[in-house]
Amino acid sequence: MKKHDIVIIGGGAGGLAAAQGASASRLDVLLLEKDAQLGGILNQCIHTGFGLQHYKEELTGPEYAQRAIRELEGLPITIKTNTTVIAIEKTTDFTITYTNESEGETTIRATACILTTGSFERTRGAIKLPGTRPKGIITAGSAQRYLNIDGYLVGKNIFILGSGDIGLIMARRLTLEGAQVLGVAEILPHASGLTRNIVQCLHDYDIPLYLSHTVTDIRGAGQLRGITISEVDANFQKKPHTEKHFEVDTLMLSVGLIPDITAFNGLSFAKDNRTNGALVNQTFETSLEGLFAAGNALHIHDLVDDVSAESLLAGKHAKAYLENKNQKAASHIDVLVDEHINYCLPQRIQCTQDTDPITFSLRVKAKHEKATLKIMQGDKVLMTRKRQHLAPAEMERITFKNVDRLDDQTPLSLKLEVS
Amino acid sequence: MEKTMICILCPVGCHLEVDTDLNVEGNRCPRGIEYAKKEMTNPTRTLTTTVAIKSATHRRLSVKSAHPLPKEKLFACMAIINNVLITAPVHIGDIIVPNILDTGVDIVATNTILNGDAASG
Repeated sequence: MKKHDIVIIGGGAGGLAAAQGASASRLDVLLLEKDAQLGGILNQCIHTGFGLQHYKEELTGPEYAQRAIRELEGLPITIKTNTTVIAIEKTTDFTITYTNESEGETTIRATACILTTGSFERTRGAIKLPGTRPKGIITAGSAQRYLNIDGYLVGKNIFILGSGDIGLIMARRLTLEGAQVLGVAEILPHASGLTRNIVQCLHDYDIPLYLSHTVTDIRGAGQLRGITISEVDANFQKKPHTEKHFEVDTLMLSVGLIPDITAFNGLSFAKDNRTNGALVNQTFETSLEGLFAAGNALHIHDLVDDVSAESLLAGKHAKAYLENKNQKAASHIDVLVDEHINYCLPQRIQCTQDTDPITFSLRVKAKHEKATLKIMQGDKVLMTRKRQHLAPAEMERITFKNVDRLDDQTPLSLKLEVS
Repeated sequence: MEKTMICILCPVGCHLEVDTDLNVEGNRCPRGIEYAKKEMTNPTRTLTTTVAIKSATHRRLSVKSAHPLPKEKLFACMAIINNVLITAPVHIGDIIVPNILDTGVDIVATNTILNGDAASG
């Protein structure tokens, strides 16, 4: 059985950056990708807006992918495409079984493993849509793949449920290709996607956005014929007599992403029920020794630039893990958040001699103008940062430098003081 | 005619009001004024789409306008781009439609597709 030092599962933006970070002349690094090509979902995201932070240049998704692939050139990394992981177990090492056309079913061993498997889309079942079950109901990412990779337009008259970024981007894309997008309904009182996408994808094409609305009926036997949307109250309950009917052949869902780690249920590592991903420390190591996670497989990101930055770090930490493997296991302290913060990563901190700055990624529960973020331990305020603008759709990052000042007994807490 | 718009230059997203004399209100920083003026006088957008490609591995090639195009010409540009058929190989940056609609802007490939070479897509 062949033994590798680090195996990275998933060759999208996360896996490419993780491979770059993990690569070292003395290490055997293997990257496994199920698709024929590297780059993952970037290949179907043909719009611009990627790379402004990571590459200091505005790129389309395919351009970003090509740039990330080129950064691996000359590095000692083995890449297998068209290769699907079918089982993974951990004893002392990881035992990974994959399958591809040339090798068939193959089992290998690895000392460390990085999960960069991305995310999957919430479907109709996940949000319990009422009505009949005709064809013509599709997730935004699937419609995007059909259009941008395969060249098929999914419908002519389209309604979009959910104001996530993929849905907004697709509203513009479908309109440019000649479809009529009749509207976008969002159950929340505010849009989920980035403001620039609301403006450039909806306002530019006069596509109405119905806030505090959701789909309350679906009609059609074999093929979708129409939908009804209704206004909802603060508890998301349908308000009577607010129905609006639309004749459509397609209902496109853009109702959120979930980290895709279901293939790893055989591994026992702690999960965070707010992110639906793994619980990690500042090295992106999960509670299972040697198992790392990054990118959308860990928590959902707004920007691929953040995926790359995070995954590069995860790769570097996996490499450091290989190098310091014989060190005694360190103690951990938990990271707690207050009622204004939805979640924060890392969820715990490993107390070691290592004093590298720790970047916390967090999402707030509601929109705030002028708020103050505090990092505290007990009553002690370790760091304070003012923010002019915070929103659930925009991940906030805060970097804590004085790691040597942490006491290794008291949980760390993040507090948001709002006005 | 007065127009309202949301500034997209930063995450704050100021709601701007612009009148016909290009007086801007609602901006919380000077950049909002420039944004509103450009939107009123010459709004431009980068166009991204795909063209058909003859290749062993791909059906569509992703493309973009090398520079932003006048907003009102986007649909006319789409009509031209949707009649293009390219044959692989194509490299990132290759010109697919030169000087589209005499705008001085080229439509260029945003992906590299080497015929029969699936790994390079």
